[in-house]
Amino acid sequence: MSILEKTIQAFAELFPEEAAATVAVDGTAEEQTEKDSEAEGPVVARDYATRGFHLDIGVAPDQLVRAAEILFALDYFIESITGVDWPKEKQIEAVYDFCRYDFDLCRVVVRTRTPRDEPRLPTITGIYTGANWHERETHDFFGVVFDGHPNLIPLLLPEDADFHPLLKDFTA
Amino acid sequence: MNQMDLIELQPDETFVLNVGPQHPATHGVLRVKMTMDGEYIYDAETVLGYIHRMHEKMAENRTYAQYMPNMGRLDYLSAMAFNHGYALVVERACGIEVPERAEYIRVLTVELNRISSHLVWLGAFVLDLGGFTPLMYCFDDREYILDLLESITGSRLTYCYFRFGGLYNDIDEPFIEGTRRFVKRMYKELKMYAKLVTGNIILMKRLRGHGIIDQNMCQRYGATGPVARGSGINYDVRRNEPYSVYPELDFDIPVDDGCDSYARYLVRMEEMVQSLRIIEQILAKLPEGPINPAKKPKIIKPPPGDYYAAVETARGNFGIRLVSDGGKNAYRLKLRSPTYSNMHLFDEACRGMLIADALAFMGSLDLVIPEMDR
Repeated sequence: MSILEKTIQAFAELFPEEAAATVAVDGTAEEQTEKDSEAEGPVVARDYATRGFHLDIGVAPDQLVRAAEILFALDYFIESITGVDWPKEKQIEAVYDFCRYDFDLCRVVVRTRTPRDEPRLPTITGIYTGANWHERETHDFFGVVFDGHPNLIPLLLPEDADFHPLLKDFTA
Repeated sequence: MNQMDLIELQPDETFVLNVGPQHPATHGVLRVKMTMDGEYIYDAETVLGYIHRMHEKMAENRTYAQYMPNMGRLDYLSAMAFNHGYALVVERACGIEVPERAEYIRVLTVELNRISSHLVWLGAFVLDLGGFTPLMYCFDDREYILDLLESITGSRLTYCYFRFGGLYNDIDEPFIEGTRRFVKRMYKELKMYAKLVTGNIILMKRLRGHGIIDQNMCQRYGATGPVARGSGINYDVRRNEPYSVYPELDFDIPVDDGCDSYARYLVRMEEMVQSLRIIEQILAKLPEGPINPAKKPKIIKPPPGDYYAAVETARGNFGIRLVSDGGKNAYRLKLRSPTYSNMHLFDEACRGMLIADALAFMGSLDLVIPEMDR
């Protein structure tokens, strides 16, 4: 079984009602279940050649820590954490990139969304120690507060910075 | 063996030592706040951001083509690989095909740049340990590469050589001749370095068994490049996630499971040999043809969606995440730089080390601060 299938199977636990079969292939969007209320399930296999990653997983903020645990157990290492500001939807999307030290290539992207006026997410520093700086950086640039973070002070911005430069309404 | 096992540190008798941001051993404006118990490090906290320039915001304010010069300003020692990463992600998003000749020249210049980057590291690293002579030899050899690359790219350090789908300039006969001569010379020089530095007893005593990074730590922090390979992890983007023409080239990925500073040293020395092998093969089978695609969109406007591309720079895995809304500028561009993750583990790994060993350990991580701060 390839690691891609293993990862999809492991994530079935987070989405019991959808089951692992909601995997849709990007572009063709052929869903294997009868559900047509959603165009895409929470776990979507992407076309690597055009997108550059294999698996796109959308989770709720409270599922984030469990998702990191699953990926850690499958030997994924953390690549980066970042945010994307969506002012129209009044949301900030946090994007977590994971990859493996392996020739069975599988890049996983975990996404979650949090309200823009009070962005709050749980920290995953308990599992991936290296998430520390990435979360501090995301706090700098987007103002996302990571609950439980051991040291959430500005990393790249000055220590007295009270602005978040990557928000779309930021003006210098 | 970690020094932590040998001594019992006493937290109530500590003092704070500030290393940097203007310390010669940090090779740039990096600051480490160290809590010391005598000569031993009890705790360390790295402070970043002294040359933070917000490159990611610049991406949102410039068109895709205008952003290419920024790539040379991130990692000034292996700028070519950063050019490659950015070109890859935009080509992937827009579906631009790259002609074969351009792919070969890309890899050729990236590998030349990798050698020049490792030469700076070698010189500066041995200088940190108190050996001044190798620096002079390394910079002499590096000068050949800079001259070669200057002749085709027009710049010596902050290259902006790649274009979407191709290159700025074709290589000419003097460049190929010069590269052949350089490869011949470099093999001899590397043998000389092996005699001069690798077997040196002082170097071995300073590096062996110090700066232990185990595989679990690599996974938790996301360490890549020579740092991960020095811990016995066979991970190199050129092989694990092949891009460009790397699958057609014959080269090995050096891996050493020593986990210490010496293992990382050996990995980088061997990487230079492998890069020379790649360059030789490319010179032997460089195809004729155009260096830019015949059909290319005039204005780069990737379809909405997000895209990712990763390349192996001299320091590890450099990834770019591009989120496009279909406009002329990127909606969001995330730069995942390798030393950011590699440096992060320093705080944990240096605990219990002697300060002199910790600085040698820092040198073995091969830091480039502008790339970390972005």
